Amino acid sequence: MSGETALQLTADVLVIGGGPAGAWAAWSAASKGAKVVLVDKGYLGSSGATAPGGTNLLYLPPDKEMREKAVEQRMKSGGYLSEARWIHRVLDQVYINLERVEQWGYPFVRDEDGVPQRNHLQGPEYMALMRKVVKKAGVKVLDHAPALELLVDDNGVGGARGVLRQADQEWEVRANAVVIATGGCAFLSKGLGCNVLTGDGYLMGAEVGAELSGMEFSRRYAPAPAFSSNTRSRLLGWATYYDQDGNELGGSRNGDFLAERLLQGPVYAIMNKADTPEKQAILRSSHAIFFLPYDRAGIDVFTQPFPLTLRYEGTVRGTGGLRIVGDQCETTVAGLYAAGDAATRERVTGAASGGGAFNASWAICSGTWAGEGAAEHALKQSRDADRRQLRSAGRFGLADGQTLPPSSRVETSELVQAIQDQVLPLPINYFRSEAGLAAALNKLNSYWPSVNEQAPATVHDRVRAREAAAMAATSRWMYTAALARKETRGGGLHLLAEYPELDPNQHYRLLVSGLDSIQTRPDRAFLGAAPAGSLTGTEQGA
Amino acid sequence: MIELVSAERCIGCNLCVKVCPTNVFDKTEHEPVIARQSDCQTCFICEAYCPADALYVSPYADEQIAVDEAELAGNGVLGSWRATIGWGPGRTKLAALDKTPFIDRILPARTIRAAGVSDVRTPTTG
Repeated sequence: MSGETALQLTADVLVIGGGPAGAWAAWSAASKGAKVVLVDKGYLGSSGATAPGGTNLLYLPPDKEMREKAVEQRMKSGGYLSEARWIHRVLDQVYINLERVEQWGYPFVRDEDGVPQRNHLQGPEYMALMRKVVKKAGVKVLDHAPALELLVDDNGVGGARGVLRQADQEWEVRANAVVIATGGCAFLSKGLGCNVLTGDGYLMGAEVGAELSGMEFSRRYAPAPAFSSNTRSRLLGWATYYDQDGNELGGSRNGDFLAERLLQGPVYAIMNKADTPEKQAILRSSHAIFFLPYDRAGIDVFTQPFPLTLRYEGTVRGTGGLRIVGDQCETTVAGLYAAGDAATRERVTGAASGGGAFNASWAICSGTWAGEGAAEHALKQSRDADRRQLRSAGRFGLADGQTLPPSSRVETSELVQAIQDQVLPLPINYFRSEAGLAAALNKLNSYWPSVNEQAPATVHDRVRAREAAAMAATSRWMYTAALARKETRGGGLHLLAEYPELDPNQHYRLLVSGLDSIQTRPDRAFLGAAPAGSLTGTEQGA
Repeated sequence: MIELVSAERCIGCNLCVKVCPTNVFDKTEHEPVIARQSDCQTCFICEAYCPADALYVSPYADEQIAVDEAELAGNGVLGSWRATIGWGPGRTKLAALDKTPFIDRILPARTIRAAGVSDVRTPTTG
């Protein structure tokens, strides 16, 4: 990066990202006595997939039998790539934290017996509350402050640099521990709240040598209005589907139903299974955001057909992310922690999606643990980070291509479109085949040198250029991992047409690392923690 | 996409500039301007925060449309999202009325599950 650094701060902990995971990490680190700075690309309180809509939570009362059953169910659905101990940790921690959320003022509804219903949060309310709580804990918050690269020395990570995009200035925060909570990567597919999620944290981590895990588990699309952004689709359970001639699409909606139908032609839905005013009122006060685009388009969803599409959700409701190796969400790089969708969620979800409950609880818990771990790590260092000889670690999407001859410059928007053309289409990324993915990966690899041939002219262009580099890297990690897992395992988050069966010999997680060249290797370390015998016995039936 | 900043209604608080997660607005001497419309992700957050009900986010995520402020105001559309989530003086927050924990009680009969597709399922009651 060039230019004058207008804002220089020193802290114990820097949290990058202001969604739920980042907010919890910042609060948690501050509660441990650390001096904390949180930076967000957008605004702490509105950024990310959670804020605009509602989110379900994995939340169970402390009933041993009920929890054991839930854990076993998840182990199975995730193809036995998760760890029972971690799912229990989440159940324990999220229970504590949601009690806190209620004490802080979130108005959870109660059932007829007066029991608070803490398994669903309305996003705007939740994240506005988290902003208040984080600021009250003494965290310094920088909004509209995208991080562009980490700072590093031989002892590990020591902060980050970025831009204040509304002031056209640079910031630098030195901190002995950094939590990456930048969310997943949805490739600007306009899923609700997801366009800030461009894999920025994956790239920053990889540039300092962090590994990623589970990137093959990224085959995830969400139904949305064909014309709009709303990827909250639980209420489609009350819908009947039709083709463009009004013929009901009967039979089972299992498996690839919607994806296959959309390849044949438009698909419409009517919410006619909510067939009384009472039911309709209940649904409206549950997922209000679901109705908003239809109401504004003049469509009465209970009686009139509305067109559906599938929007790609990448690793947001997929499962891969930065590999974490300890109970405090440590990455393999000293001083670097990962939380929320920026981290792999395999420890609790395995090969199944964390969407629709697990990810929200994971964000809360991993944020809490990463914040605590980062605070402990930073507070035991003998010198502040501003005394370290730190260097900038960013290598991709940061070059000033203005020095290139115009004919060699790459337009960021064209690069992004080219990446999307290989990542978003259902025939490539949903109906995955070895041949299809290999062809797409070849193209993506050929685009990789272009990330350093962009010529950003404004501060906004600089942020976009870096996002393009992060998406290019993420797409290559995804497909490299997907081609290396020659089997079909777990909850449909990865498959290859050529390998439709589960292969017991591939009972491992897949790690990817590297940028110019990408390495993969199996990770079986987590199996050591499981009770012997239970895995081989159950895997056959999984 | 965001289509309207009403000059008539705007009180110049610049909250929309602050809260927009994709930095679509720019401050000016008067009301904020929609400076980077194509970056809008149609998340409706700005409307939720606008204390003057001066913004309109159209439901169309990919195409720009023409809007008529008088018509939107007349139909009660301006400010309707803020009202729905119960923000603003004298309103009850949607969070306090949330029926999500109880929607399984009105499930249709059939159970559905789609692999690789989010949420297209009726959760089983069992």
